[in-house]
Amino acid sequence: MSAILEVRNLVREYPMGSERVAALRGVSFDVEAADYAAIVGPSGCGKSTLLNLLGVIDRPTSGTVSIAGERVDQLPDARATEFRLRRIGFVFQRFYLMQALTASENVELPLSEAGMKGRERKARARELLDYVGLGKREGHRPSQLSGGEQQRVAIARALANSPKIVLADEPTGELDARTGAEMIALFERLNADGTTIVVVTHDEDLASAARRVIHMRDGEVVGDERAR
Amino acid sequence: MIVTLAAASLLRHRARTALAIIGVAVSAAMLLDMVMLSSGMRVSFGSLLQKQGFQLRLAPKGTLPFDTEATIKDGDSLVAGLRTRPEIRAVSPVLGGQLHLVSPKGVVASSALGVVPAVEGDYELVQGRQPASPDEMVANDAILAATGLHVGDTLHAGAGYDSQLRALTGERRLRIVGRVRFVYMAREQKGAALPIETFRAMQGPDADGRISLAMVRLADGTDIDTARVTIERLFPRVNVISIAEALKQVDERRSYFTQLAVILGAVSLVVGFLLVTTLVTVSVNERIGEIAVMRAIGVRRWRIVAQIVLEAAAMMLVASPLGLVLGLVTARYLNSILANFPGMPERIDFFLFQPSAAWTALGLLALAGVLAGIYPSWRSASLPIAMTLRKEAVG
Repeated sequence: MSAILEVRNLVREYPMGSERVAALRGVSFDVEAADYAAIVGPSGCGKSTLLNLLGVIDRPTSGTVSIAGERVDQLPDARATEFRLRRIGFVFQRFYLMQALTASENVELPLSEAGMKGRERKARARELLDYVGLGKREGHRPSQLSGGEQQRVAIARALANSPKIVLADEPTGELDARTGAEMIALFERLNADGTTIVVVTHDEDLASAARRVIHMRDGEVVGDERAR
Repeated sequence: MIVTLAAASLLRHRARTALAIIGVAVSAAMLLDMVMLSSGMRVSFGSLLQKQGFQLRLAPKGTLPFDTEATIKDGDSLVAGLRTRPEIRAVSPVLGGQLHLVSPKGVVASSALGVVPAVEGDYELVQGRQPASPDEMVANDAILAATGLHVGDTLHAGAGYDSQLRALTGERRLRIVGRVRFVYMAREQKGAALPIETFRAMQGPDADGRISLAMVRLADGTDIDTARVTIERLFPRVNVISIAEALKQVDERRSYFTQLAVILGAVSLVVGFLLVTTLVTVSVNERIGEIAVMRAIGVRRWRIVAQIVLEAAAMMLVASPLGLVLGLVTARYLNSILANFPGMPERIDFFLFQPSAAWTALGLLALAGVLAGIYPSWRSASLPIAMTLRKEAVG
C-alpha cells in the first residue's frame, strides 16, 4: 500500500507575548490509503494542531505535509480551499452544521461549491444521507435532529465530494455512550468501504476501533501501534 | 445555495432585519427627497416657462421680469418692431401694477397684469372666458374669495395710486368674465388681468405705451440664442432672457436649496451606509464560527463575501421601494409647506419626482449597501480558520 498522507518534521509554534510556544516539535509519520488511524494523547499535546495542519486550515512553522502525493503545507489560500473541498472531509466535535439549512442542504453545500448542479446534487445528498442512516430526515434542520443525527449529517457532508481522506476531531466528544458507539460503527463501515480516516480522540472506544493508534505527548509522537 | 443561506441569515433575526430595513427605507426616503430637491425646482421652473410656449422674455435693461417695478418706455414701438421680425411668431406685452377693487367686503388690493388676451401667457382660464372688451377682467380665486364676487359680477376698480394726492388716478367699472389661475403668482396672492390698454388708461398718462415685460414666441426652427442676440442688438434698451438664462438665474437663487440638499443627502447616504455596515458586522460576528466552518469545508472566500453582500443587497432591495413610497409622501408634504414660500410661484414644485432622480438615489444607496457588506464579509472570510474554530470551540 502507498502512503496517502506523509508528514515530515512538522513544527508548529505560536507566538505568546515575546515567547514562542511549540505545539508540535518535529512530528513525522505516514498514513496509508484506506487506513484508519487514531491520534491520541492528553489535552494540549498538539493533536488538534496536527489535525488542522493535515486539514490544510493552518500552516506549519516548518516541515511538510503531503496528501495523495501533493505538498499542501504551503498552498496559497485559493489552492488550499480547493484542496479542502475536493480532497479532504472534515468532521468536527461540535458538528458545525449550518443551522439555517436542512440536513440535505448541509450535505449539498460542498457539492454546490464543487459545481454539481441541482438534481444531481440532491440525488447525491440523498444517497449519502441514506448511507449514514438518515434518509428519512433529509428535510429536517439541525435543531430538529439529535446530536448523533447531526454528527451523521456532518459525516455525510464530509463524504460529499469523495475525499481522499476524512479527518475527524473528537467526533464522539459531544455524544452519549450509545450514540458514540453508533458513530464508531459508522466510522468502521466507512473505513471498510475504503475511506482513509484520521481521527483525533480522547475516546478509548473510538481509538480502539482504529487500525492504528498514534500516541502524542508534548507535541511529539511517542508511540505508534497497530491495533489489530 | 448562497441565496438560501443569505435568506436564512436575514430571517434568523426577523425583528432586527425588519428594523434595519425600516432604517434604510427612512434613509432612502431622505436621500430621494434631497435628490428631488436638488433639481426639482429647476426642472419644475423650466417646464413652467416652456409650457407657455414663449422662448424669450424682454425686461427693462438690467432687470429680470417683474424683479422691479421698472417698465420699458415706448413698449408699444418695441412690440411693433418685434412683430415685424420674420423669426418671431407672437409677442405678448405685459404691464404689471396694482388694482384696488371695491367689493361688498371692502377695498381689496391686488396684483394686476395688463395683457393682450389673445396672446397672453400668464394665466390659465379655469372658468368663463377671456376679456373681449375694454371693461372686462379676469380674476383668480384669491380675489374672488376676498371680494365675495363671482364670474359675471361687476365691480369698481382703481389703479395708479398717487401718494401725494392720496387718490387713485384711474377708476372704472369692470366686469369679471373669467376665473383664472396665474402661472407665476404665489399661493394666496390676489391677481387680476385686464386688457393692457384699459390698465394703462387707469394708471394715467405716465403709463402710456409702457410695458413691464414682453414675451416672445419664436417661429418653428428658429435658433433661440441667435434670436436672442439679434433682438438685443436691435433693441439695446432691453434685457433679452431665454429660458436657459432664466434657469441660470434660478440656479443662482436656489443654490441655498442645492447646498442643503447635497449636505442632507450625503448625511442620509452615510447613515444608510453605517446602518447596513453595523448590521452586517453584527450579523457576521455572530456567524464567525459558521463562516470558518464553511471555509474549512472548502467554500471559497468570494462565495462567502457574495453571500453576505447579497444579504446587504437584499435589505436594500426591500428597503428601496419602501423608501421610494415614503420619500414621495414626505416630498408631497414638504412641497405643500414650501408652496407658501414668499414670492415663489405656486406652481413651482420644490420636490419634483423624476425617475432619474429616483434611480440615482436608490442606485447610490444600493451601492452603499454593497460596499457596506464587502468589508466585514471579506474580513470574516479572511480570519485564520483553525484559530477561529478553536476560539469557537472554547467559547
